[in-house]
Amino acid sequence: MLGDYSLSDLGSIFVMQGFAGLILFSVFLLMALGLAIIFGQMGVINMAHGEFMILGAYMTYLTSKLFETYLPALFPGYFFVAMIVAFLAAALLGAMVEWALISRLYKRPLDTMLATWGLSLILQQLYRSIFGAREVGVELPPWMLGSWQITSTIEVPINGMFVMALTAVITAGVALLIYKSRLGRQVRAVVQNRVMAGAVGIDTQKVDRATFALGCGIAGIAGSAFTMVGSTGPTAGQLYIVDSFLVVVFGGAQSLIGTIASAFTISQSRSTLEFFTSGSMAQVATLIGVVVILMLRPQGLFATKVRR
Amino acid sequence: MLAIEGLRVAYGESEVIHGLEAEVAPNEIVAFMGRNGMGKTTLMKALMGIARTTAGAVRISDRDITALKSHQRVAAGLAYVPQGRMIFPAMTVEENIETGLTVTGEREVPKDIYELFPVLLDMRRRKAGNLSGGQQQQLAIARALASRPKVLLLDEPTEGIQPSIIREMARMLKKIRDTRGLSIVVSEQVLSFALDIADRVLVLENGEIVHSESRATIDETKVANFLSV
Ligand SMILES: Nc1ncnc2c1ncn2[C@@H]1O[C@H](COP(=O)(O)OP(=O)(O)OP(=O)(O)O)[C@@H](O)[C@H]1O
Ligand SMILES: [Mg+2]
Repeated sequence: MLGDYSLSDLGSIFVMQGFAGLILFSVFLLMALGLAIIFGQMGVINMAHGEFMILGAYMTYLTSKLFETYLPALFPGYFFVAMIVAFLAAALLGAMVEWALISRLYKRPLDTMLATWGLSLILQQLYRSIFGAREVGVELPPWMLGSWQITSTIEVPINGMFVMALTAVITAGVALLIYKSRLGRQVRAVVQNRVMAGAVGIDTQKVDRATFALGCGIAGIAGSAFTMVGSTGPTAGQLYIVDSFLVVVFGGAQSLIGTIASAFTISQSRSTLEFFTSGSMAQVATLIGVVVILMLRPQGLFATKVRR
Repeated sequence: MLAIEGLRVAYGESEVIHGLEAEVAPNEIVAFMGRNGMGKTTLMKALMGIARTTAGAVRISDRDITALKSHQRVAAGLAYVPQGRMIFPAMTVEENIETGLTVTGEREVPKDIYELFPVLLDMRRRKAGNLSGGQQQQLAIARALASRPKVLLLDEPTEGIQPSIIREMARMLKKIRDTRGLSIVVSEQVLSFALDIADRVLVLENGEIVHSESRATIDETKVANFLSV
């Protein structure tokens, strides 16, 4: 299958597909970050995470429409507002879900999985009723269109670079929050020993709610980023949830570096393989790779090394 | 300062503490003695809101805290050094102490804590999980003191600590009591340590107090008999 391309063609293909993979990487990373934070903190596998992402995508779509209609002069900057709206909407819904559902199923992981799965179906239907079954796409502001020509055969789209920069900023922000802030310290204490965290004075319920909201909010931002590379529909979240879980498991749920590395590996192999084979073949090949590596390293690529 | 009234504690169906009554005066150090499995840890956990209380009440400075969650009890003035230390291993020494600041709202570890435990100042950037057992014990005490408690609970602080350090620890706990004016409740199996530190010794057997004596009048052999198997 490689035979039909010249060497320089192949080089360009790898770079361009590598770049397309980087956008995928951004979405995966933001999704996995949220999933991993929630799983690490509460042991909850949030099956509705993809729907939180899509909520962010719809919010971005709505914001773009609002700007188009009422504030056309400010349209070039709508994306920044949309991101904040997406984050807040998803975080708010997350906090409500934690209060109404998750906190009542404490210590029942299977029930929680089932409940969040049910929630994902409810949300999908809600989106269908509110926004219609057809996919919607956002209009990109002019400055994000176009691309950057590196060589005669290699060009990278500006919106892609923007999404990546955004992801880098948010990942750094999350790292800062977890490792430097008071909330982050409380989160890590609860992760390591929930009972003891309560006994030193940490309100674990409050920390749970904040963490769940944060994880969902990040999914909302992932949804914002997603609008630039895909079109938004009621069930679009389903396409990403499996890969996001894969990223979390592969990276080892406790480690930020692991999550980044595994999001990178999985998105790159997906994207590069996708060019030469079909999409589903790429997915199968990636899955097999992950399964083999997990058989060799069941704790994930990166597990924390500390005496316990 | 601390009042325990008719306290009953159960794990599921099996009751471990059967209507325990005790009082701890301000500035007093009380030692609960008892052999393995007599309910010392269970009592401590119940006081902290970790084990389920089925009947009775716990009061701190006349405030009923029986229905409160652990973190609310800490805010009310209780602090806990559990058996086995239970420090947060993947966090630094400093971060461990900072978790104790949650209820006080302070941002920096108070100087007086590092003055009590100079070792921890030297090691404040190390991962707590890599400290020795004795150092972890100091860290657990420092973390508890960070919340500025009125009553400090220590569950078998001498476990796994060598005799010379045990004497040092008794001296330090008395100093903490004197300088900070708090009450201390300690559970113990080592009689010499209890006699060294406590103003009053209570003997716990199968979830009930079977003997209570202030140190001045204590009959050592009698307590020793309770503790021998
Ligand atoms: N989580 C639990 N579930 C059921 N029973 C328990 C539990 N923890 C302790 N017990 C039982 O409660 C009783 C008291 O245990 P506890 O740990 O309070 O004893 P202890 O005095 O602290 O002993 P040690 O000196 O060995 O630490 C024991 O019979 C023990 O088996
Ligand atoms: Mg015990």
